[in-house]
Amino acid sequence: MAEIEVKGKKGNPRIDLTPMVDLGFLLLTFFIMTTTMSKPKAMEIQMPYKDEKLTQEDQNKIKKDEALTILLSKDHRVYYYHGIGDDPANPPKVEVTYFKDEGGIRDVLIEKKKSVQNLISQGVLGAKDRVAVIIKPDVDCTTDDLINILDEMTINAIPVYAVVDITPVDKEFITATEQANPTAQ
Amino acid sequence: MPRKSTAIDMTAMCDVAFLLLTFFMLATSFKPPEAVVVRTPGSTSTKPIPEGFILITLDKDGRVFFNIDDLNAKRAVIEQINQEKGLGLTSAEMQSFVIGTDMGVKFSQLKSYLTLDGTQQKDFAKTAPGIPTDTTADYERNELAFWLATTQYHLPKGRIAIKADGAAAYPEINKVISTLGKLKLFRFNFITDPKGIPPGTALYEEQMVGTKAGH
Repeated sequence: MAEIEVKGKKGNPRIDLTPMVDLGFLLLTFFIMTTTMSKPKAMEIQMPYKDEKLTQEDQNKIKKDEALTILLSKDHRVYYYHGIGDDPANPPKVEVTYFKDEGGIRDVLIEKKKSVQNLISQGVLGAKDRVAVIIKPDVDCTTDDLINILDEMTINAIPVYAVVDITPVDKEFITATEQANPTAQ
Repeated sequence: MPRKSTAIDMTAMCDVAFLLLTFFMLATSFKPPEAVVVRTPGSTSTKPIPEGFILITLDKDGRVFFNIDDLNAKRAVIEQINQEKGLGLTSAEMQSFVIGTDMGVKFSQLKSYLTLDGTQQKDFAKTAPGIPTDTTADYERNELAFWLATTQYHLPKGRIAIKADGAAAYPEINKVISTLGKLKLFRFNFITDPKGIPPGTALYEEQMVGTKAGH
């Protein structure tokens, strides 16, 4: 402990500086460590090869049973439905969730992987079929949402995913779901 | 013999410690200052940024800034742009471009921007309008496409890195991605903050297997 002796020894205060040196080295080590660790990382992105002529064929190659469509909307909301939503007679059931560690989109993705695995073992899907996720960001979502969903693809090891433009049909799904659940949590 | 005192005067050691501390605090800010402060989103990716990249910065208001890591390529690019667009830049102004930081002005404002000195450029960058970008392949309107096409010519293997603010709206980042798509650039990187891999997920399992195998 630093001691400052006042009485007894006149004009001869003795301060032990050892803890100050300890603090100095602690701060030094802190700065050396944090400046190397805060190097920003790069996330590798491969967008689908967009040739205007090919898009229709690409869409048809994804099987309905293995597909999960994710719509990114405002306030970090994530709407999703199974299949690719191309049948106007049978609108899919659209649900809403968030980017949470528990009970969020990650659980949905893990469930989807399991169900596709089951379908493969039952023989409904071929052995080479994998989960395919179609990501459609709406105009009011942010870059955070886009990076988060792409990160979830990596975290859950989803092999096939693509970011495509949102269609008016999907926008209608979003507004319909919003009206149905005005106080979505 | 009377015992001598074993107390050591620690002031010198303390001086050295603080000198080293000050040195490291100052030395870490020697890289060229960024024109625009951007808060990048987090991701679990641990890939380091590749060397020699082309940096497109997108701030939260959707302004686009451009920078090239390789100074030789940067010089070649500004010389070609000067020639093709007839900007009439002097070699001093071109040098200012080469050593400068992220650039976010239209071609018509480029000459006046480059006549400013370092600190003035930094101040200007705060209100700079950014490089005009949209989803078309029209090189007159989409100036970012023009910059990228010229850079591709000089740096065919250049890696593209996008540093986008997490709060930037999707249409803005879509403009950048569409511009890259029109130039057939489908492989690029997003610069992100490091984020821990959540336990219990597929990626976590892969990482555990990787470390156990001692790779």
